[in-house]
Amino acid sequence: MDHLDELENQSIFILREAYKNFKNLAMLWSIGKDSTILVWLARKAFFGHCPIPLVHIDTTYKIPAMIEYRDRVAKEWGLNLVVGKNQKALDEGMNHERGRLICCEALKTQGLQCIMEEHGYTGLILGIRRDEEGTRAKERYFSPRNKNFEWDFKDQPPELWDQYKTSFSDDTHIRIHPILHWTELNVWEYIQREKIPIIDLYFATPEGKRYRSLGCAPCTGTIDSTAKNVDEIVEEIKNIGTAERSGRAQDQEDTYAMQKLRARGYM
Amino acid sequence: MGDNGSAPDLSSRLLRLVIVGHVDHGKSTLVGRLLSDTGTLPEGKLDFVRDICKQQGKEFEFAFLLDALEEEQEQGITIDTSQIFFHTAQRKYVIIDAPGHKEFLKNMVTGAADAEAALLLIDANEGVQEQSRRHGYILKLLGLTQVAVVINKMDLIGYDEKVYNNIKSEYIVFLDSLGIEAREFIPVSAKLGVNIAALKDEMPWYKGPTVLRMLDQFEKKPPPDHLPFRFPVQDVYKFDERRIIAGRVESGKLKTGDRVIFSPSNKQAVVKSIEAWSVPEKPSAATSSESIGFTLDEQIFVERGDVCTLMDQLPIVSTTFDANVFWMGKRNLEKGRKFILKLNTQEVECEVVEFKKAIDASTLETLTNQDYIAKNDVAELTLSTRNPVAFDLFGSIATTGRFVLVDEYDVCGGGIITTYTPTTKSDKLRDEVRTRDFNWIKSEIKPDERAYRNGHRAALILITGDPGTGKGPLARALEHSLFQSNFQSYLLDRRNVNLGVGADLEDPKNSGESESARRLGEVAKLLLDAGQVVISTSNAFHQEDQADLRLLAIPYQVVEIQVGKQSSGEPDLVLSLDEAQNTSEASLKIQDFLKEKKILLGHNYSI
Repeated sequence: MDHLDELENQSIFILREAYKNFKNLAMLWSIGKDSTILVWLARKAFFGHCPIPLVHIDTTYKIPAMIEYRDRVAKEWGLNLVVGKNQKALDEGMNHERGRLICCEALKTQGLQCIMEEHGYTGLILGIRRDEEGTRAKERYFSPRNKNFEWDFKDQPPELWDQYKTSFSDDTHIRIHPILHWTELNVWEYIQREKIPIIDLYFATPEGKRYRSLGCAPCTGTIDSTAKNVDEIVEEIKNIGTAERSGRAQDQEDTYAMQKLRARGYM
Repeated sequence: MGDNGSAPDLSSRLLRLVIVGHVDHGKSTLVGRLLSDTGTLPEGKLDFVRDICKQQGKEFEFAFLLDALEEEQEQGITIDTSQIFFHTAQRKYVIIDAPGHKEFLKNMVTGAADAEAALLLIDANEGVQEQSRRHGYILKLLGLTQVAVVINKMDLIGYDEKVYNNIKSEYIVFLDSLGIEAREFIPVSAKLGVNIAALKDEMPWYKGPTVLRMLDQFEKKPPPDHLPFRFPVQDVYKFDERRIIAGRVESGKLKTGDRVIFSPSNKQAVVKSIEAWSVPEKPSAATSSESIGFTLDEQIFVERGDVCTLMDQLPIVSTTFDANVFWMGKRNLEKGRKFILKLNTQEVECEVVEFKKAIDASTLETLTNQDYIAKNDVAELTLSTRNPVAFDLFGSIATTGRFVLVDEYDVCGGGIITTYTPTTKSDKLRDEVRTRDFNWIKSEIKPDERAYRNGHRAALILITGDPGTGKGPLARALEHSLFQSNFQSYLLDRRNVNLGVGADLEDPKNSGESESARRLGEVAKLLLDAGQVVISTSNAFHQEDQADLRLLAIPYQVVEIQVGKQSSGEPDLVLSLDEAQNTSEASLKIQDFLKEKKILLGHNYSI
């Protein structure tokens, strides 16, 4: 068993625990590489099926190619896609110029909150990873949020021997993070091995630019790169010296930007 | 923090390393220093932390590389465990930085639970403290004995060898009492980078390895493939025509065609296929830590919590056992209160029936006459569960010998199963059966060969029902009709067993009843071993006897035919009173059912 098998087996175990323990479960699909391998892992876990609905929070500022890719893959893989929006905030003209953190919270966090309330989801699977940034490094595989979506990072449940928090009071929900232990490099190696069709925004344009992390168009920057395919990205990541989310403008808004966003329910 | 820099051999799996010790002894600083000295930090990260420190008017803090939470940086302590990827020239690591503050023991446990090696930090200036001892004890309970001790802040005591030696000898005695042998005692200054990545000149008297070299000497835990096969059922899927039993192999190996048994239900079947999606080729075997799914040759009822094993390597099944437990709950762990025990995928209500020893984990002192333990303490105790649990002793198979305790909504304790002494009647019987089976002298003729000759497998057909429902006549008719069809059938009448085998029992119908059932079961077992279809009857009131008979017949199949309706039991086939009256038709119906269950196979079935 190599290191990718090891990661895959652990993620499958977590997905199956989630599926067994939560009656009303959904998976967040941002169309990015991480949540896309999550969908792939679900099909592995459930022998070719994805019995969990996929929620996509559409901020309407997403890069257009993402929507096209989403609808095509959903159809090909037979996915149950649920699209959510914070229509009220959009109608009131919310955008990043009002402040990136305010915009993220309104369109993503509250957008998610709306759809969770509407469908009554008590478990939400997300593709975050420990190596992305410092507060995510402190996450649990099964991480509770209170009714206001708040993350009490100072009092997290213990997690040992693959026994997760699966019982909780009615006013909480659980965030489930099956690929928490993967690194950016692992994700690309896995995409390479499994030949997972990934959105081509990750590949370098003839001008020598590519996205390393995907988000809303106004707040997501490209990096200089010549990596035109998955093999070349794997080689690039092995030798890269900058942080993965360095192209994500909201992270740079404040020293503790991610902690603040995440404590209030951000992914 | 990214996984950066040139990657070493990717085929090597990473080692999970935890850093523990008392608060403020410098764990996060050590990790920060390791990352910085090995060039594992992404560009800009050091500057980022330098700016934060400047803003707060502090000296540069390596710890801030890990203590990302605002509160952690303000208070200068680690609140939650953090995991960072890192590599040396030799291999990759995940470093788990565990908090040293007493309040955050549960976070320390979370960090340390699945680590393979540990660095235990002691401040040279403060010496061995409360958490130095508690963390040592917890490591032992977690089964983590690959430990090196790092004596930090040597710069504060002028790199004095004497201080180092004193701490070393004090802590060796402590670790020794736990049965842990430290691999090394490394004197360092994490803050100044002394003896971390390179041996510096400050301590010429120290001849051992640097911290970095020590890490590369830790060994990876070998996968438990050589142990008996253990597969706790996680779920059963029916997304398409396949009925897939899903779960993870905790130890040992499985291959298609293996005959497996599920505990505690004792149901058996043969593995027909191992299923997988989008793999280069369909697997025919599986080994430990693989999350797999398989189908069975027959549709037996299996559910989450059942433990699948091979026939000759059964787990212990019991409702009582002894364990060492550590407690992290806000409310005490006390006698008589109900908790939920989670052991692999099994979940069952339990309670402490006896505290053998309550221990203050910071001093290892026994808390005498104490029938509870408070947060952060440990105990040796006896647990009793509401339903039987399948497990192993932690010393034989670690992954199926440990559990957590849930109080209300939260995991509040963890434990390892140390010993098992059967106390209840069914525990004792179950134990007898297991001892008998392990020592059984097997015939040269295999059960399959007998089945081939006889045209049927051995099975115990148990006809149950209220008195006066016609069980007896039906049993006699069934014996005869099977015989007529050339099958080896025998009606084992309990009264006959009592006449001879039970002649010494005073009143087999009353006080000696369970012993009479045991003898009936043992005789049935001999006949089953001879390959017979054994028929017997049992009164519906005697549920306990029936459970005993099932236990004694293991590994042979027991088929319960119930006459009339009862609320109890889990019969395989129910006949109405009218149906049972017509014994010859009822016999044919039972025969059809036995064919369906692949007990009656027909002669020359495989030619």
